[in-house]
Amino acid sequence: MNLNVAWFGVLAFTLAVYAVLDGFDLGLGTIHLLLGRTREERTRLIDSIGPVWNGNEVWLLAAGGSMVVAFPNLYAASFSGFYLALMLVLWLLLLRGLGIEFRHQIHHPMWEDAWDVVFAGASALLALLFGVAFGNVLHGVPFEAPGEFRGSFTVLLNPFSLVAGGLSVATLALHGACWAALKTDGPLQARARRFAAVLWIAAAVLLAVMIAASFAVRPEFTKNFRAQPLLLVLPLGALALLIVNRLAIARGHDRQAFMTSSGYIAAVLAAAAAGLYPMLLPAAPGSAAGGLDIYNAAAPAGSLRIALVIYLLGLAIVSVYLVNVYRVWRGKAVGVYR
Amino acid sequence: MTDAAIAARWQFAFTIMFHYLFPILTMGLGVLIAVLKTIELRTGDALYGTAARFWARIFAITFAAGVVTGIPMEFQFGTNWARFSRYAGPVVGQTLFMEGVFAFFAESSLLGVFLFGESRIGPRAHWLSAVGVAFGAVLSGFFIVATNAWMQHPVGYSVVGDHVELNSLYALLTNPYVRWQYPHVICGALVTGAMVMAGIGAFYLLARRHEESGRLFVRVGVVSGVICSTISLFPTGAFHGENVTRFQPAKMATMEGLFKTQAGAPLAIIGMPDRERQELTDPIYVPGLLSYLAYGNASARVTGLSDIPDDLEPPLEIVYYAYHIMVGLGTIFIAVTGLAALLLWHGSLFARRGMLWVLMIAMPFPYIANEAGWVVAEVGRQPWTVYGLQRVADANSLNVTTGMTYFTLLGFMGLYLVLGILYLLLFARIVNQGPQSAATASERVHA
Repeated sequence: MNLNVAWFGVLAFTLAVYAVLDGFDLGLGTIHLLLGRTREERTRLIDSIGPVWNGNEVWLLAAGGSMVVAFPNLYAASFSGFYLALMLVLWLLLLRGLGIEFRHQIHHPMWEDAWDVVFAGASALLALLFGVAFGNVLHGVPFEAPGEFRGSFTVLLNPFSLVAGGLSVATLALHGACWAALKTDGPLQARARRFAAVLWIAAAVLLAVMIAASFAVRPEFTKNFRAQPLLLVLPLGALALLIVNRLAIARGHDRQAFMTSSGYIAAVLAAAAAGLYPMLLPAAPGSAAGGLDIYNAAAPAGSLRIALVIYLLGLAIVSVYLVNVYRVWRGKAVGVYR
Repeated sequence: MTDAAIAARWQFAFTIMFHYLFPILTMGLGVLIAVLKTIELRTGDALYGTAARFWARIFAITFAAGVVTGIPMEFQFGTNWARFSRYAGPVVGQTLFMEGVFAFFAESSLLGVFLFGESRIGPRAHWLSAVGVAFGAVLSGFFIVATNAWMQHPVGYSVVGDHVELNSLYALLTNPYVRWQYPHVICGALVTGAMVMAGIGAFYLLARRHEESGRLFVRVGVVSGVICSTISLFPTGAFHGENVTRFQPAKMATMEGLFKTQAGAPLAIIGMPDRERQELTDPIYVPGLLSYLAYGNASARVTGLSDIPDDLEPPLEIVYYAYHIMVGLGTIFIAVTGLAALLLWHGSLFARRGMLWVLMIAMPFPYIANEAGWVVAEVGRQPWTVYGLQRVADANSLNVTTGMTYFTLLGFMGLYLVLGILYLLLFARIVNQGPQSAATASERVHA
């Protein structure tokens, strides 16, 4: 396996871990105001992600870091091309972080309610924007020159990407509801399970629309799967996990439900990556220049080699932290912030 | 330089200077909290535990503000400085990535355990989490400064097509430039943490509230302050200065306002640079000191601006004043904390309200000194983004317009204004509640 392919895998893996981990706290935020009926309940929901959300977000930084070091052309093109959308993401991440961290500083209804709205609104918009970004990567962007495009909102908010955005919101909300069911008890837990059951339907319907739209927008998407049928294990696995998720929610097996929603998200992204390979950011039809793939976007081999060693070492260390952190905070959410 | 590049510089300067206000405190405070926890563990004195919990609350809001303003920094390399990322990403990405996975992750996950896990884990494990948080904060700083050091003095690379390629990670991490820049930066942060701790302690003593804790804060703050502010000057500041002379003579000449190359160059304590006449107005000189600082030899020859091509000269006034503010304040810090330490040793500090006032008023100044130091480092590197390799004019994104950048700069200004106000509000509130209430709050969690 060459270094470029390895880095494609690393980047896909990092983004998938980010989607699974930050996905549940973004999803929880998306349904925060609906799920938590009282201020007390909303506090419990925030408590459940309080000690872990920050570590989850590190994976976004890690994904950015992998991109800049391994595929600097991709980093340069996508970050400058999606300029305004990314700035919006930054501002939302900022507000959301403050929503979680500043909310518990003052115990006053006005203060807490205000941050609840900020946290929920920013989370939902982020879930949407990440989905739209994902949609645009599959859809392709209008390259004007090699490695350069201008992704204004009129370009980014195409119907296909909006479907992807909707899928992202529904899926992450489902994931967040599964998390909430796992970390709470009593009426809040019962409500979280009901939410999960309803959101599952929305996520499944949108998935079907998304799959159909993908064939329409990007017919070559099936090429890799036809060439290498073994890859079909990814989309089929995703479907299987989605079905098991449904059963687990219905039976109230919260741990299984959360694990399967995690696995489902990872498998969907893996399937998308398998379909996209070796492209990183394809050009939309009618572009003046071609898209970016794992070769024309990559850093020189020496940098790739060194960075891969660092990455694997970092991954080992982070895994140890990750296991320990989730172990310390295992079980039902407690009033860490009270 | 195009307007678009200038707009991108303004945005970066604003967002980085605002962001840095927070890590200065978390890096310094993290270490001091670990010190407090160590003393608590050793002596079993609960007052130190209470102090650690109090400062952990300050640490928590500061860390949160630092995180949310820090993410835009990594993003901006791609959004506004696409040509820099494309060119230098294969090198600077290494250290940025290491910061994320090796340091920031440890800091953020251990912080949750440290802040809220005291009842879940034993005292020894809690102490360990405090040490881990401090270590993560300081290690984060290392990777960021190592990234900057490479931009100041590129090492261990070769140019391959449109990119630089990293040849040696070891060279990148042991860059001669980072060896003194990093300790100097950390000392600056420690001085800040120490002086804020001493300042809040002095406030409690002056206000006659939480006096027992106040005395502890002043004691720990003053002792760490005098040690770290001294180390800021010597050896870290002095040897870092030698590195600047060696690797970036234009920056050194600009910092010092040295117009003409000369042997036995004097150090200007004050004086206003006059470009027309190529001299300082109303200067106070110490003969030979600049040569001594730059080369360890009072009669050595130091390059002046006259021998530097015009297009390679950094902006004179900004760098000159920023440097003099940093050094001037640093000297004052040594004097203030030194005097306070003497009085502490003598046993009369807590009764000297004048000195306590000085300690309290001194709190904001380490921030100014730290920021000024970075202005010297960054503006003094102009016109380069990567010294000798890539100019700032060739580093910004071509597909991002001036208008887009000023639009987002205004957005950042608005958001950061709100964030700054909320941070100060929460800071003042925690100080007003005092260390005792931090103890009771935590006991409530225990119960």
